[in-house]
Amino acid sequence: MKIDVLVDAKGLSCPMPLVKAKKAIDAMLVGQLMELHSTDKGALTDFQAWVNKSNNEIVKVDTISGIYTFVIRKG
Amino acid sequence: MNDFTNQQIQAYKPMTPAELASIVMNKQELYILDVRNEEDYSDWRIEGHGITSANLPYFDLLDGVEPALELLPEQGDVLVVCAKEGSSIFVAERLAESGRSSITYLQGGMKAWSEHLEPVHIGKLQDGGDLYQFVRLGKGCLSYMVLSGGEAAVIDSLRMTVVYKQFAFSRGARITHTIDTHLHADHISGGRALAEETGATYYLPSKDADEVVFAYSPLEHRSELRVGSTDLAIQPIYSPGHTIGSTSLIIDGQYLISGDILFVESIGRPDLAGKSGYWAGHLRTTLYDTYAALPKKLIVLPAHFSKYTELGEGGKVAAKLGDLFESNPGLHFTDEDTFRKAVTEQLPPQPNDYERIRQVNMGKETLTQDEQRDMEIGPNRCAIHDN
Repeated sequence: MKIDVLVDAKGLSCPMPLVKAKKAIDAMLVGQLMELHSTDKGALTDFQAWVNKSNNEIVKVDTISGIYTFVIRKG
Repeated sequence: MNDFTNQQIQAYKPMTPAELASIVMNKQELYILDVRNEEDYSDWRIEGHGITSANLPYFDLLDGVEPALELLPEQGDVLVVCAKEGSSIFVAERLAESGRSSITYLQGGMKAWSEHLEPVHIGKLQDGGDLYQFVRLGKGCLSYMVLSGGEAAVIDSLRMTVVYKQFAFSRGARITHTIDTHLHADHISGGRALAEETGATYYLPSKDADEVVFAYSPLEHRSELRVGSTDLAIQPIYSPGHTIGSTSLIIDGQYLISGDILFVESIGRPDLAGKSGYWAGHLRTTLYDTYAALPKKLIVLPAHFSKYTELGEGGKVAAKLGDLFESNPGLHFTDEDTFRKAVTEQLPPQPNDYERIRQVNMGKETLTQDEQRDMEIGPNRCAIHDN
């Protein structure tokens, strides 16, 4: 899987992970992939709720030693 | 610092959980803009007689707060609320920048709200002592402190033990007893920790303590616990049903601490330890036989409330036992079969993380403060009519 944009939001708490993710997504082309890293547990549910309401699509969700990773395809 | 910056700083300010508690308990009006995600909002939110609330997730306001401005009343105080506070500050700042005045945000968010305890005076005891109820508005938990002759007993203590210690200290009392009416499943008990911190004795019903891994004193039916130097007595009454060990307490012949057996608008659920069918019969016997035989003038003081409508004068949650036999739907299931169905079928969802919370309360798992906070998120859901 080729990631086009990597957003590192580790150590940031709400709303910053989503602010950074949105900024990145807005600048991307349809079909491109973004990978987001976050350590904020609250961001996990917020992020899924946000993506579900948009045209974007969650491709992968993963948790490894406290780091949440999302891969999103811009729709 | 120039004038412009000054104006921005003054344009929105924090509201503490204590200030919000005062608004809720005194039934004052407040508009709440809750910016958490929709699922969290529908699951659990701030409610009160004078509270109007709306939900608009902060991530829908990243491009601008116009949708929020359209929703808000033109004037009046607005409190922005989120899970921890970061997103509510983000939204409050933008609302203030847009020119909307009287904007506040909830300091510490729902996490801090969930931990706030508000003491309410329930009444005087015959020997001159006092009984206080500690209302945890955010989660609907109620705990109690009996004060008499320089000593104090804390009943169904929550994990915020510093609140009880400070309160007892301010009344010149030493905490000598901490009592849990049952093994809790919705919140982490502070009974054992508070006893360790103050040198008090921790009481727990032994039938709920089969699996606990620490030392405790058994809370025994018809034994008497004494607080202070006077005759003030706490009488335990075995009242199984929510759990197999559930024990109620009659205090000073006036008050009935009913634990999770009887609430003001509902009754306890028997399923949180996975034995609902078996315990439903106990619950019925406790409510329809044991409680029915108690003096009707006793003031019932439960361990929870579910709805803000249960908050009475000054925010206290209390009702006469006789009145509850008239008004409480849980005491009006005429036959055993209807009762069994009502307490075992179509129950509300269980409290968040309830199985793990029971393990923690048995001493089998030790968690950090943050982990404990996260586990206790959401309403208590200990009643059969929670939603």
